[in-house]
Amino acid sequence: MSTVAPNLKYSAEHEWLAAGDPATVGITAVAAEALGDIVYVSLPEVGDTVTAGATCGEVESTKSVSDLYAPVTGEVIAINQAVLDDPALVNGDPYGAGWLFTVAVTAEGPLLSPEEYAAANGVAAP
Amino acid sequence: MTERTTALYDAHAVLGAHFTDFGGWQMPLRYGSELAEHTAVREAAGLFDLSHMGEVWVQGPDAAAALSFALVGAFDTLAVGRAKYSLIVAEDGGILDDLIVYRLAPERFLVVPNAGNAALVAGELTTRAAGFTATVTDASAHTALIALQGPRAAEILATLVPEEDHEALAALRYYAALELSVDGAPALVARTGYTGEDGFELFIPDTRAAELWDTLLAAGLTRGLIPCGLAARDSLRLEAGMPLYGNELTRDLTPFDAGFDRVVNLAEGHNFVGRAALEAARDHRTGRRVLVGLRGEGRRAARAGYPILSEGAVIGTVTSGQPSPTLGHPVAFAYIDPEFAAPGTPVQADLRGKPEAFTVVETPFYRRTR
Repeated sequence: MSTVAPNLKYSAEHEWLAAGDPATVGITAVAAEALGDIVYVSLPEVGDTVTAGATCGEVESTKSVSDLYAPVTGEVIAINQAVLDDPALVNGDPYGAGWLFTVAVTAEGPLLSPEEYAAANGVAAP
Repeated sequence: MTERTTALYDAHAVLGAHFTDFGGWQMPLRYGSELAEHTAVREAAGLFDLSHMGEVWVQGPDAAAALSFALVGAFDTLAVGRAKYSLIVAEDGGILDDLIVYRLAPERFLVVPNAGNAALVAGELTTRAAGFTATVTDASAHTALIALQGPRAAEILATLVPEEDHEALAALRYYAALELSVDGAPALVARTGYTGEDGFELFIPDTRAAELWDTLLAAGLTRGLIPCGLAARDSLRLEAGMPLYGNELTRDLTPFDAGFDRVVNLAEGHNFVGRAALEAARDHRTGRRVLVGLRGEGRRAARAGYPILSEGAVIGTVTSGQPSPTLGHPVAFAYIDPEFAAPGTPVQADLRGKPEAFTVVETPFYRRTR
């Protein structure tokens, strides 16, 4: 799997956003790789309002805990129960089965293109 | 500070290691999944580069007496071929390092301190041995240390040891060591480790390290052996209830704080650096925090530095903690007020503002059954 996927937008805090109604949010392969094996994920609840740039959950690996930042503002429509049950999905397929939640976007935070995100992290662009 | 690398750095890079700074060294943190590495050691075998650790030789007619003066234990009674866990403390009783001492001949000892403390320990041993007929030689810079750990370690190592030595290898006891031919050249083979599993630590000249590393990996290929980094080493030692210098053991703590009463030999006539302070520390335990194990009742782990609470009041601090891969729940070491130290006592860990239920438990958290 490529480290940075095309057709997504990225936050500097390593979340990705797949445009749509609702939009889908996850963490990048770059972040998953840096965290190591993810063992616990906490997510906002359905109906919560998340705010771009604010923390909305946690991603815990065997070695560390990282905040999850909302890349956009809006209402949470769905959360990925499969990831709560099996956090390793985030390591295995961060841009697919490891998605975290969907959100009805009212405003976007500052987001990067795949090329910009790749350059900022010193990895190959898709 | 320039970070040092071991003789195996290139081998790690080829294996795709993620590196981390540890005690001034660039060491492999993990190669792939640290959980897979942890599990390999519990179920098959793992290979670790520990060449950052120190190797200090103490030799001469007074070597045993010099070590008995320099460390908190007595070494005149240590049998040749056996190893002993010990501590070196400052004059005020504060722990400078924990270390393993091997007696390889009546007048020949190998001391293995932690990487970050190796130079300090070598210096202290030199100073403390000054009044004895003993020489102290720091061989850390040209000695490699490779650990082969796990239930299949003995079987893998045997493939590299001559047939006539198989019996001696099989008979080698825990905390014992002997010199053997491994892959055709002499190695000091110790049955020690930091994982809670059976296993070996192999001391060799660093010029041999890369070849032996590759040979061991090849020998273990069909037996589930994989290279393991410091992440797995840390989770394995924590499950096994083993302290880490810098976390559970520090300059500000005495061996009694850490529960190492049995490591300190206060027998009459055993004069050693720090003895007076440790006698006082033994007699003034009241109110001092004690090291305990904690089991998390939820899924979230308490990490080093997190406060431990009881009814909202801070009663302690976590020194190491993470989810236990083998047990499936969080585990931690913490120093807590003695009135809460009894196993079964419910406490909370302050997980970044959110209290989470933990219970004081006996350590080790994990004990192997085979």
